[in-house]
Amino acid sequence: MTGPEPLPAPRAGREVYRDTIARLLGKDDRLVCLDSDTGLFTPVDWGADADRYINLGIAEQNLMGAAAGLARAGRIPYVNTMATFASTRAVEAVKLDIALPGLPVRIAATHSGLSAGHLGATHHSLEDLAVMRLLPNMTVLAPADAAATEELVRASVDLPGPVYLRLGRGATPDLPADLPPLRIGEAQRLREGGDVTLIATGPYPVLAALEAADTLATEGVGAGVLNMHTVKPLDTEAVCAAAAATGHLVTVEEHWAVGGLGSAVAETVTGEGVPCRVSRIAVPDHFAAGHGGQRHLLLRNGITAEAIVEASRNSPSRRQFK
Amino acid sequence: MTPSEAAELRSRAHRVRELIVDMCANPEGGHLGGSMSMAEILVTLYHGVLNLDPAHPDAPDRDLLLLSKGHGAIGLYAALAERGFFPEELLATYNRPDSSLTAHPNPAVPGVELATGSLGHGLCVGVGLALDMKLTGSDRRCFVVTGDGELQEGSVWEAAMAAATHRLDRLTVVVDRNELQITGSTEDSAALEPLADRWRAFGWHTIEVPGHDTARLAEAFRGAPYAPGTPTAVICRTVKGKGLPYIEGQARSHFARLAGRAHKRAAAVLRAQAKRSEQPV
Repeated sequence: MTGPEPLPAPRAGREVYRDTIARLLGKDDRLVCLDSDTGLFTPVDWGADADRYINLGIAEQNLMGAAAGLARAGRIPYVNTMATFASTRAVEAVKLDIALPGLPVRIAATHSGLSAGHLGATHHSLEDLAVMRLLPNMTVLAPADAAATEELVRASVDLPGPVYLRLGRGATPDLPADLPPLRIGEAQRLREGGDVTLIATGPYPVLAALEAADTLATEGVGAGVLNMHTVKPLDTEAVCAAAAATGHLVTVEEHWAVGGLGSAVAETVTGEGVPCRVSRIAVPDHFAAGHGGQRHLLLRNGITAEAIVEASRNSPSRRQFK
Repeated sequence: MTPSEAAELRSRAHRVRELIVDMCANPEGGHLGGSMSMAEILVTLYHGVLNLDPAHPDAPDRDLLLLSKGHGAIGLYAALAERGFFPEELLATYNRPDSSLTAHPNPAVPGVELATGSLGHGLCVGVGLALDMKLTGSDRRCFVVTGDGELQEGSVWEAAMAAATHRLDRLTVVVDRNELQITGSTEDSAALEPLADRWRAFGWHTIEVPGHDTARLAEAFRGAPYAPGTPTAVICRTVKGKGLPYIEGQARSHFARLAGRAHKRAAAVLRAQAKRSEQPV
């Protein structure tokens, strides 16, 4: 029986990262892959580069300190742990050993947001954007699909200073093809729209923003969509331009409302004095409600296209500021 | 090490103590006790062990000394000045507004490798540096000087396990075992003994030495690594506040502001000791 080739199964961000880093390691002696017994690299055959894959065990403070030592010696360490361990358990080592001297350590943080799903509050990471963007010298990247993950991992190699790569656990759908090029520090414009601008980061938030924009279009509301894959340094120019053009920004993130992308956007527009309303679609100020997989938890905690539509329509402030 | 070399190191340690006491005269005071306890450790490393050049503090092939007990900053600054990394006069700026000589080690100061102060960081960074030495097959060495109270931080033992597992024999931890932390004996809050056995159990070649004996210190440091693939721990039995008998071995020596008469007294006591040691035996 013949037929069209089946579409390739969507790949998990962390697996794309793993495969990319395994390829890069063979081409660049500076790279070292430092693991904290995540199990992510079990399928990899490192071949001649096996000495540069180093599993330091379940010890995240030492993981970050050792990465700093390797970076001091001229290496570019890719450090692997879960997002919540990187941003809470090991954060002092990240702050003092890595961010303070501005060393080129790349923190590959898996299981971010609610992607750990059933594993619960101990494994959810709803604080990492806030913590990491707080640190001077840090670049914070959050790819929204497999292709972007590979691109950002490759681009991260020669970035100055430390980098935090926010990765999910499981596979997520790909974004539509033929997107504008991905440039670190620049918002990726996915849709034009003059009534409201949706600013989203990470796979499901960006997908939800695109779905919401479609719905809003049927209601005659023009919603622009910005994929904010770089949370720090934030593309303040794009944020302010969107605020000035539409008067209403709706931020979408798989993160607590406190301190994340929405906070960064609000700080920007108030600091720049651009009058607008900022609505934040994020996990409210409580530990994630419900129990289940990532999509279920997103639904239970209000990170949905419906919530974005609701926040975007009938906004008196939108008319007021325009 | 010849007797005259050991004597030279003793005399340098004495000078370092004088400089420490002078720095404690600044209005903000300084971490006196733990700086005095490691004077011989630092001068022995800087003058008798480490391969480095004060004129090129960032030379890529240099041996490394990380002061993980960052509260010993004045001891480190004094030892760096004595080694010639910068003029002694700079020490007079310690703790002045916008001085580079901050109360915890500032990497902007020539010879200071790492910003420390929060305890339990130095050995982890040392693991990374030693991993690079292993990857490159380098014969450089990394010495991490820790406090003993500092060993209550769990991160130290994360690093200890990793260093032994990954056979980091270019790495040596030097413990300033003065037995005291802010509130008293280390054994009263989170006990460390049997400390040497603990390091051995973690896979380290472990030596205990009298920590004010420069010849014994030099011998212990120079001998590392003792076994291929095995990191070295040197536990230096020291006295907190060493050099000022009226505060030696007392927890209150941890931090002091030696203003006016207190500074005169300390300086006079050190001078008298120097005179005694100059007399022929």
